[in-house]
Amino acid sequence: MSFVSAAEADKKAYDVIVVGSGAAGGQTAYTLTMDGARVLMLEAGRHYDPATETPMMQIASDAPLRASGTPEKPFGFWDATIDGGWEVPGEPYVSASDDPARKFMWWRARMLGGRTNHWGRISLRNGPYDFKPYTRDGLGFDWPIGYEDLARYYDKVEMLIGVYGSNEGLENTPNSSPGVLLPPPKPRVSDLLIQQRSKKLNIPVVPGHRAVLTTRLDHKRLPKLLHPGNAKAQKILEEDMQKRAACFFATPCGRGCSIRANYQSTTVHLPPAMDTGNLDIVTDAMVRAITRCKDGGAEGVVYIDRKTGAEHRVKARVVVLAASALESVRILLNSGVANSSGKVGKYIMDTVGANFSGQVPLLENMPLHNEDGVDGLHLYTPWWLYKEQLAGKLGFARGYHFEFGGGRSMPGMGTASGLEWLNGGTYGRKFKEDARRYYGSFVGFAGRGEMIPNEDCYAEIDPKLKDKFGIPVLRFHWKWSEHELGQAAHMQKTAAEIIDAMGGRYSSKPQSGDKAIKQGGLIIHEVGGAIMGSDPKKSVTNSYGQCWDMKNLFITDGATLCSNADKNPTLTIMALAWRSAEHMLGLMKRKEL
Amino acid sequence: MSLDRRTTIQWMFAAAATVPSLSSLAYAPEPHARDVADKQAGYGTDPNLMKEWRPGGPWPLTLGTAARLTTIALCDLIIPADDVSPAASSVGVVDFIDEWISAPYPQQRGDRAIILPGLLWIEAESQKRFTKAFAAVDQAQKEAIANDICSATKAAPEFATAAKFFAKFRDLTAGGFYTTPVGMKDIGYRGNTPLETFEGPPIEALKKAGLA
Repeated sequence: MSFVSAAEADKKAYDVIVVGSGAAGGQTAYTLTMDGARVLMLEAGRHYDPATETPMMQIASDAPLRASGTPEKPFGFWDATIDGGWEVPGEPYVSASDDPARKFMWWRARMLGGRTNHWGRISLRNGPYDFKPYTRDGLGFDWPIGYEDLARYYDKVEMLIGVYGSNEGLENTPNSSPGVLLPPPKPRVSDLLIQQRSKKLNIPVVPGHRAVLTTRLDHKRLPKLLHPGNAKAQKILEEDMQKRAACFFATPCGRGCSIRANYQSTTVHLPPAMDTGNLDIVTDAMVRAITRCKDGGAEGVVYIDRKTGAEHRVKARVVVLAASALESVRILLNSGVANSSGKVGKYIMDTVGANFSGQVPLLENMPLHNEDGVDGLHLYTPWWLYKEQLAGKLGFARGYHFEFGGGRSMPGMGTASGLEWLNGGTYGRKFKEDARRYYGSFVGFAGRGEMIPNEDCYAEIDPKLKDKFGIPVLRFHWKWSEHELGQAAHMQKTAAEIIDAMGGRYSSKPQSGDKAIKQGGLIIHEVGGAIMGSDPKKSVTNSYGQCWDMKNLFITDGATLCSNADKNPTLTIMALAWRSAEHMLGLMKRKEL
Repeated sequence: MSLDRRTTIQWMFAAAATVPSLSSLAYAPEPHARDVADKQAGYGTDPNLMKEWRPGGPWPLTLGTAARLTTIALCDLIIPADDVSPAASSVGVVDFIDEWISAPYPQQRGDRAIILPGLLWIEAESQKRFTKAFAAVDQAQKEAIANDICSATKAAPEFATAAKFFAKFRDLTAGGFYTTPVGMKDIGYRGNTPLETFEGPPIEALKKAGLA
């Protein structure tokens, strides 16, 4: 089994159809196929091969516009994203409001592996509080499961994909089991300075967690732990882990990685799943809707071949939506299924984002050295004000973390630009001296916080507009609450205090929350829209992503998240997908599906 | 017609009116390129990342011979040769700036509306002060103009727009230069080299920041 044409897939029988090939689809297909289920994966975008398509080692001057971002390549020319961005030609969406503060921007990536090819690889676990937020502060929803239900799946995912980090035992910031994490990279000068000065403010700075192999995976030990009693799966994984190289500390991760040293679905989930012989993939397959059996269950899906425009129908015992939260919502709404609760499309969330930066004289004119490291998040600041917040001292609910960066990273268009606020505006030999002096002396803080689900943030089908395939599109409603705005303001104030403590200068003044907060969708952590719960009247799925109204329809992407902790959602999506796929396997074995 | 475009034309007229000897037609960007750029397609959402890309490849360039000479002179005034590295124009920065202002994307279109009239202004100012092309005046004369416009905060009101142009042009020159192998070496970037292990900062760097 392998990459197949739509016509070939039409003729075959499958246990499970998985719609989407990113973090959720990849994990779902991996878990299912390693345990013998026959899976058909449908990907809306084109086939993509990181081994031959990743621009490793290219520099900015090898690209048009020095690799700067454009509407066609929003994260820059070398970014892995293909046919993606906040605007995808021929695939529009609608905002219900013209007010910029109430617009939602929807990121898509139409390619095998989806956005996992370019993502930041930040892999943080939700903590115990994050599963019971309503119980803690009366806002939002509790999950139908707790941290203890997901802990072992976090371990599994971390062992499979490879995550570096450390166990610090901090509040609501869980440790991984012993032997799970890879060693974190050594901190840069700017990291250590931020750590030293944050300490004076009682702000913690600890090693980050990212899905990058700082050392090779232990191919002898890990496959046995991941697939006990499954010799075939162990053998496949043992072989595949040996094909993944460790990071060589060059080339930004957002380009993807041809040596497979970081996680992307196309380099980690799909190769072993393909090696089982149980996975077929059809690319350029744009799913329009779920089809129904006479008994009310899901029969399969109908999709459009992006290249020919032809419509295809495929059937299976189980259908899994892993198309990204909002694409899955769109498919559900266009199918008119699984929505007796009326909650499909409701409670969409992004991450609260606000950035702050400055310049630090102590970092000027550094002795020359290589600071590439593993690209991002050698250290970070987990949320630290749990007690103050619970005591009502902050004026907003829920926490954030800081992702920060500094140092002598590969020059781009921003290098030595806009120095006038520091040097008064120079040119000539003096300008060249200034460029050397200031390069690497800037630090940036990205606050990333929890948004609370609210009634004003939802997606519905636009009554008029259709995409180029004739599929009705989504219309978004969006509004931040005072909690998110208060949090964004706190991020600004705190980052400014840290820069003060470093003896630095602000690039611009701290802003109020409404000015600082990034537009909804810009952080690309959109989740919700088909939330899980314990009450079929108030939620779309149970904790396995199994739809209350359609027992053989599962959702394994971020749509089921009923809260969006500040911990970036991808690791949690993968842990949930593993748990969900195990549940499907059990139900299929017991003939309950 | 966009405001940027209108501003551009106003600048051109103003420049031509100030200096009758300057032929705005001879100096102006190739007219067809200007109009083509309005509708020019970009590199698309799935460009080949493995091929070699060079200015003029994805979209046609703009600068004519005269404008190019001004650009070379201004680039090299901002980043001249020194003991460490050569001048900006010697490592392709002029081609890069031409590629940038010729690109069909919103940011670059906006910058084009600053750069093209700015180049005209520089040329007109040089003619006004020294009755010579900017590329032909001596270093002291170039600096006399640059000193009036190199600081957007300190520039006199009559130089405010020119100073905005200079700041943008300086950013493009710097970005273009420091992204080349020569520029990266000059500024002290030592990465993009495969390593067996990442050892973190050397002790001298830690000492410099008061961390050791």
